[in-house]
Amino acid sequence: MSLTSIIFTLFCYLSLLIFVIGLSYKIIQYSRTPAPLKIPIAPAPLKRSGVFMRMVAEVFLFKSLFKASKWTWFFGWIFHWALVLLFIRHLGYFWPGDTPEVLLKTESFKYASFPLIIGLMGLLARRIFVDRIRYISSPSDYLMLILLITIGASGMLMTFALYYPNMGLVYSFAEGLVTLNWSELPSDLIFLVHIFFVFILIAIFPISKLLHAPGVFFSPTLNQVDNARKRRHISSWAMQKETDKEVSIEQNLEKDE
Amino acid sequence: MAEVDIDKLPTYIEIPAIQKDAMAGDGPFKASAEIQEQLGFPGEKIENWQQVAIEKMAETTSKYRSVQVFLDACVKCGACTDKCHYYLGTSDPKNMPVARQDLFRSVYRRHFTFAGKYFPKLVGAKELDDAMLDDWYNYFHQCSQCRRCAVFCPYGIDTAEISMAAREVMNVIGVGQKYSNQILGRINKIGNNLGMPEPALRDTLLDLEEEIEKETGIAVNLPLDNEHAEVLMVTPSADFFAEPHIDGLIGYAKVFHQSGVTWTMSSYASEAANFGMFIGSYEVMRQGALRIRKAALDLGVSRIIVGECGHAWRVAYSFWNTLSGIGGGASDEYALKLQRQLDSNYPQPQHIIEFTYDLIQKGILTFDKTKNDHRKVTFHDSCNVARGSNMGDIENGQFILPREVIKAACNHFADMPKATIKSSTFCCGGGGGLLTDDLIELRIKGAMPRMQALKQSQENDGVNTLAAICAICKSQFSKVLPNYDFDPYMIVSVHQLVSDALVLSDKSQTKAEDSL
Repeated sequence: MSLTSIIFTLFCYLSLLIFVIGLSYKIIQYSRTPAPLKIPIAPAPLKRSGVFMRMVAEVFLFKSLFKASKWTWFFGWIFHWALVLLFIRHLGYFWPGDTPEVLLKTESFKYASFPLIIGLMGLLARRIFVDRIRYISSPSDYLMLILLITIGASGMLMTFALYYPNMGLVYSFAEGLVTLNWSELPSDLIFLVHIFFVFILIAIFPISKLLHAPGVFFSPTLNQVDNARKRRHISSWAMQKETDKEVSIEQNLEKDE
Repeated sequence: MAEVDIDKLPTYIEIPAIQKDAMAGDGPFKASAEIQEQLGFPGEKIENWQQVAIEKMAETTSKYRSVQVFLDACVKCGACTDKCHYYLGTSDPKNMPVARQDLFRSVYRRHFTFAGKYFPKLVGAKELDDAMLDDWYNYFHQCSQCRRCAVFCPYGIDTAEISMAAREVMNVIGVGQKYSNQILGRINKIGNNLGMPEPALRDTLLDLEEEIEKETGIAVNLPLDNEHAEVLMVTPSADFFAEPHIDGLIGYAKVFHQSGVTWTMSSYASEAANFGMFIGSYEVMRQGALRIRKAALDLGVSRIIVGECGHAWRVAYSFWNTLSGIGGGASDEYALKLQRQLDSNYPQPQHIIEFTYDLIQKGILTFDKTKNDHRKVTFHDSCNVARGSNMGDIENGQFILPREVIKAACNHFADMPKATIKSSTFCCGGGGGLLTDDLIELRIKGAMPRMQALKQSQENDGVNTLAAICAICKSQFSKVLPNYDFDPYMIVSVHQLVSDALVLSDKSQTKAEDSL
């Protein structure tokens, strides 16, 4: 195997390792941190089923964002769905052995790269041209969009602009990563850029704002049932305080008077 | 009328271009050492404040999932940037919810995240230095914790949680706000925000009884510390004190009178407001809730009802059960005693609007709506009721019930524009511990979006009365309405509308029915 292939293989595993460890850490942290008070935000569901519906609407439709800003919603929504479709389309590369029928039918998902780029360019334009959003943007916010645009654009060049890499090598390299049967990867610069940036994206997931993905599920304003009057909601640390320090209301009163 | 330079109300709200440092300044008056120490906070800024602040931030993120998740999850999409009434009214970019959060988030990133520790410039991570602390103090006291931003955030990020966390960090290092902390000192010492002792309260209530009898010819009681009452009424102390609040209190009294349900107020817990929420202190908030629990136990009541107060209702509805076991499920001795004592046929606690609404549904109250015919009423959804509570245990009950009560008492009702009511309601501009004269410029400017919506309703529907169920909203509107060429007396309590139209019967002859 060439040095490039070895380095990229290592990069791949390193990024996945960071992803898995980092994301697990964050998810455990979120689930272990208590939410001491009921703070669901209106319109708050009164039942668990309502919370489920709310989450579906937020995660799949970006409902609150739709209420907030139609343009941001439009660009953001098409970008995310395009990303999902393109992710599915890439699964075939990694599938060991014969690619299942259903994945072969995802060929047309490649066109999702157009809405992907349109969405990302729209978000970037908003960040540059709307003074409020420019004000709140850090370099990392621009870089994140540029990273995604580069991934999308390099992929499109390989798919639609005749910069095809050797697809046989792509398949064997991708499959090899899964089956630990490592092999040579195509050395086209454009392909290397494409996958290198994907590795970067995977690696920075747990240490960047990409944490919005697990975060949304843990957001107490969205995931709590509005039933505070009916059921007592109390955190472990508050309960600890209650049992440690018996409430002596009588003494309190004496002191007051 | 406070002299603040404001523009004429626009015909519709345009999102202003940002004007950096438009509201830069020193923030509201700081609390004295005496005030701070009463609450168990350091009297003045401590020597090693940076270290203590960072430690407090670590503690907060480990105790509050909201803060931890909200600090991580923001993607800077900008959805919230034009949602805050203080940004719309002042154009200061640090009043955009995300920018306000970023004052806290940038320090969090610097100290608690990999990227912020090693690449601070890249991710906008910043040190908590003197300039940053000044910004914290100034801009976290330009947030009324109204949570409008959270309604529009795709992750439900609630700036109120961040502003509460920041205020608590500041209190812990000895940098507290005079207005909120002084009031908290009073409630802990005397039992209400005004610092009104029992004899004064008793006199006020007697005066009101006389006033009602003079006006209506019917004896309506406003009982205090009555041990044989069914209901403990806990209401904001503003109701004892000033217009338009006091007319709301008269309204509650008349409703109780007609219902035949016996009630009482408590001199020990003569305050529904709980500013502990504003300063983000679980402990201080809990003390307020325990005071009310004690009053309920001592008086032996079977129901607790809360008066017209926005954040008080959020604390009562959403937090009381957690803080003090008013509701079901708590296991300590006092909570258990209270649970045995409270009547489980009613939600505990209940809002006075729910109580009145039930009576209306049952046909127990009779109204002469023509008494309100000179009024064209609109309803201001107070933020804490609208976005942090419910009424009637039905979806959106907190929007439906107050409107139904108003419509039962008034012939003319019209809502303000849709984007400015219910869950999208605009704050009055004075909530969250900002109802103080040293913030008057902010209060006037922050009221602009609400005033603009009111103007539209005035022009389209001839609205001349603004009804609310929050003491802070009522005080704030009384003060700022003239700045926008409105009549300061157009703001009323919902129970003032009830009071004016309710047909009273003389109950002194017949024994009160106890069928309720």
